[in-house]
Amino acid sequence: MPQTQSSGQSHEDDLPDVPVAPTQAATTDALDDLLDEIDGSLQVNAEQFVRSFVQKGGE
Amino acid sequence: MFEMGAARVMGIETEYGITDPDRPGANPILMSSRLVTACRGWAGQSNTRWDYGGEDPLQDQRGMRRARASATADMLTDSTEFDESAQSVTLRRRRGSWEDPAHLNAVLANGARFYVDHAHPEYSGPEVTNARDAVVWDRAGDAIALAATERYATDEGERVALYKNNVDGKGASYGTHENFLIRRDTDFDHVISYLTAHLVTRQIFTGAGRVGIGQRGEAPGFQISQRADYIEAEVGLETTLRRPIINTRDEPHAERSKWRRLHVIIGDANCMDVPTLLKTGTTALVLAAVEADDARLGACELREPVGDVQRVSRDLGLRAELELASGERATALQIQRAFLEICRTYVDTATDAYVVARWENVLDLLERELFSAAREVEWVAKLQLLGRMRTKYAVGDEWGEVHELPWDDARLAAADVQWSQLGSGLAARLERAGAVETLTTAEEVLAAMTTAPRDTRARLRGDMVAARPEILDAAGWSSVVLDRETEHGELEVVHLDDPLATSHPLLDALIAG
Repeated sequence: MPQTQSSGQSHEDDLPDVPVAPTQAATTDALDDLLDEIDGSLQVNAEQFVRSFVQKGGE
Repeated sequence: MFEMGAARVMGIETEYGITDPDRPGANPILMSSRLVTACRGWAGQSNTRWDYGGEDPLQDQRGMRRARASATADMLTDSTEFDESAQSVTLRRRRGSWEDPAHLNAVLANGARFYVDHAHPEYSGPEVTNARDAVVWDRAGDAIALAATERYATDEGERVALYKNNVDGKGASYGTHENFLIRRDTDFDHVISYLTAHLVTRQIFTGAGRVGIGQRGEAPGFQISQRADYIEAEVGLETTLRRPIINTRDEPHAERSKWRRLHVIIGDANCMDVPTLLKTGTTALVLAAVEADDARLGACELREPVGDVQRVSRDLGLRAELELASGERATALQIQRAFLEICRTYVDTATDAYVVARWENVLDLLERELFSAAREVEWVAKLQLLGRMRTKYAVGDEWGEVHELPWDDARLAAADVQWSQLGSGLAARLERAGAVETLTTAEEVLAAMTTAPRDTRARLRGDMVAARPEILDAAGWSSVVLDRETEHGELEVVHLDDPLATSHPLLDALIAG
């Protein structure tokens, strides 16, 4: 049964393929690069950052 | 309109964590209201208010009604206005002294509401009909919130940072809620029994990951879900105390005789696309099975679902066996496999088929080797990154043994929070590096920031905001209120009780100009 979607805005046709195999290698480099990037700020500020991240309950 | 496979109306609401990086302790309510003002500035918006008609926070799905006097103040979300009118167009008297303060709400051209909820900014996305669109308009919400922070910096000369997470590590939790319309004639006891088992076990692919165990992070460690430690009941009306797996607030924002709106509060905020797709898509399919009263669902029922929420969340090896109502035992993965098989029967659209393919793929990856799911599953991606950090900052002791960074090290807690920061967070950076699966393009997210879905009533709300702001006095989920030159001199309330109505003679004429 067709969905009740009219012109334009449906995104159903643009779905990317479900990958058949994991692509680990690319991820490894990305992780190391990211850790190098944040290295300085984490060493200096982590404790203060964590202490000052205070939220009120929501919902 | 109740044939099987009809579009499933759904939507996602996100409360963001908020801080001023330069002024820890700045008032979050004030920051949130300034952010809403900034959002209105970004949208170039006039003074359209939020219409609270239709809110009914005390009606319980199980048929009873909470006495107004016994409700806690935070439950009275309709206190600004209470309106019982239900005709298609009704008149409303102007109330000179009454006004919804503009800084608390923005009604947006994409059909969403951006507003202050308690001490957080919240984006309530427009109604969509499928999981793929839920992802697109959820990401549009993040982009709108980020645009509002940029406007805030310009207007206020101060910075504000937003976090798409659910905990502060000190006891506070704030929610990411999913809404699904289900048929009113669905047996609510079945919703409780069967959907509960899905919500408890879907954590293995919807969890965003969290550093710390316990509501205040009392014990060091890592767990799958942000929300698990805050779920304390199986069923209930509350959302802020004794939070339930199944929330029973019966406020359909639609024709009550036909629809229930199921309000799911157990889910995590997700910074990745695949979890958002699966969170909404698999739950919609399970609801189709519940509506059809599928007899196979009984095999999935859990004996102790509340305890199982935490059991699943803390089981990083995915091997813990849960006790079923039948007396047998099964892992969360096995229970998800059973739901998947049942749901194949209810695949109807291309998106449904895609959700099922992704669902199966993610279960396969999790089962094969945990970190093979790091491109798709958020808690696995986070655990992989933090695991790398633990090795990188490992320290040797006096006997020459090397110890990974312990879980209570502040660097890990900091990275957990920074994971979810809008714009520059670690999840966003991993995505830009191509390390996670994306299901959306920048172009379609950009379009969804200012355009409502075409296949729900959000189209009427959003197009009115875009085309006729000068006569749009207010808008809500199931109404728009017009303020224009008329003989009767009163406001006109146009009721949109059918969420799938995409046209309305009066509104279409006004939108066309």
